[in-house]
Amino acid sequence: MASIWEYANPKKFIDTTDRVIPSLWIISMVFVVLGLGWGFFFTPDDFRQGSTVKIIYIHVPSAFVAINAWLMMLVASLIWIVRRHHVSALAARAAAPVGIVMTLIALVTGALWGQPMWGTWWVWDPRLTSFLILFLFYLGYFALWQAVENPDTAADLTAVLCLVGSVFAFLSRYAVIFWNQGLHQGATLSMDKKENISDVFWYPLLLSLAGFTLLFLVLVLVRTQTEIRARRMHALEMRERLAE
Amino acid sequence: MRALFWRDIMLALRAGGGFGLGLAFFLIVVTLVPLALGPNPELLSRVAAGILWLGALLACLLSLDRIFALDWEDGTLELLATSPVPLEGLVGIKALAHWITTGVPLVCVAPVLGGLLNLPASGYLWLVAGLFVGTPALSMIGAFGAALTVGLKRGSLLLSLLVLPLYVPTLIFGAEVARRGAAGLDVQTPLLLLTGITLGTLACLPFAAAAVLRVNLR
Repeated sequence: MASIWEYANPKKFIDTTDRVIPSLWIISMVFVVLGLGWGFFFTPDDFRQGSTVKIIYIHVPSAFVAINAWLMMLVASLIWIVRRHHVSALAARAAAPVGIVMTLIALVTGALWGQPMWGTWWVWDPRLTSFLILFLFYLGYFALWQAVENPDTAADLTAVLCLVGSVFAFLSRYAVIFWNQGLHQGATLSMDKKENISDVFWYPLLLSLAGFTLLFLVLVLVRTQTEIRARRMHALEMRERLAE
Repeated sequence: MRALFWRDIMLALRAGGGFGLGLAFFLIVVTLVPLALGPNPELLSRVAAGILWLGALLACLLSLDRIFALDWEDGTLELLATSPVPLEGLVGIKALAHWITTGVPLVCVAPVLGGLLNLPASGYLWLVAGLFVGTPALSMIGAFGAALTVGLKRGSLLLSLLVLPLYVPTLIFGAEVARRGAAGLDVQTPLLLLTGITLGTLACLPFAAAAVLRVNLR
């Protein structure tokens, strides 16, 4: 029976993802374009926020992906620690820059929206603050990957950092709520339908969310492939140097 | 283990002002704050607790890379790793020695510096209590960060980037204890949460730090 662990074999991983990636690109692009296009051109303006409401189609999906990218890194790090599959460690490494960019997008779009709506670019609101802290965690994680030369050592160190960091990021999230009351609105995406936004905005947002998630998936797959190939090249170069 | 502990304390004391440097740094931070913010006593008494916590945190950070770096350079760390003392215990001892040489003196001088910053009288007890409970967590988290970056050349900058985000919960609850104490409010909730964080880090992080050290010593 086919098992998911087959993809721990780098060759198998590259072969399979090579076949999947082009169609994933197309699907994710279709979703993003449809979601953003529908959201931007074919939804009414909000009665209080005017057209600024439309930034939600970038802001919410990027924030969603930023958080889930960290969760994905956590799972990949755990797999690396437990089962020592190199592809898993490389996938965690590949996800980090995407997560950084998504966190930045969420912060910047939030600031752009906050300026006309709240009258300020930035407030020390719990959600905003914990996102900034998440950004710092991403930076530290990525910097550690960059700093350590031996790839296996780097994978081990960053995996432990990811585990410890997750606990502290979680603690910080709730400490920050304790620290200050917020200005940010409640959850847009809870399953409890009562406090969600109205359907007119909801469906394009769903499309856009799916698009961003797929986009994240494609980017991580491509970057993981790149990492695998870069490591192979490195191994080949080393072998050649030894042969000389 | 006891020998190891005394060795670390003695090294910190004799090799280049163990107590002194951290304390002097703490004093400098506290001196610079009124220079930067203006000498208004009301303003200072409002920010005093937060500044003292921030100063303690930075002073602690300053001495972190000494925890393992010297032993790493001269190979002592490898000898210690092969000794019968478990690596987890070694990390715990090192963090304890770090706390005694930096955390405890900071706790002791904090009331004096609080006086410089015009801290309200009701705040002293809770500031000291909060620092006393919170600084062990700072040392333990710092020891983990130091273990992560021990083999790196430009480790100390990276160390602060890695460690400071981990300090966020401790700082929030610690500063909250001091702030509420100074304002005469109930401090029980943040103090208990701060204690919880300290005990949690003391219980779990030695294992993470030892795992990381093993990777670095491989």
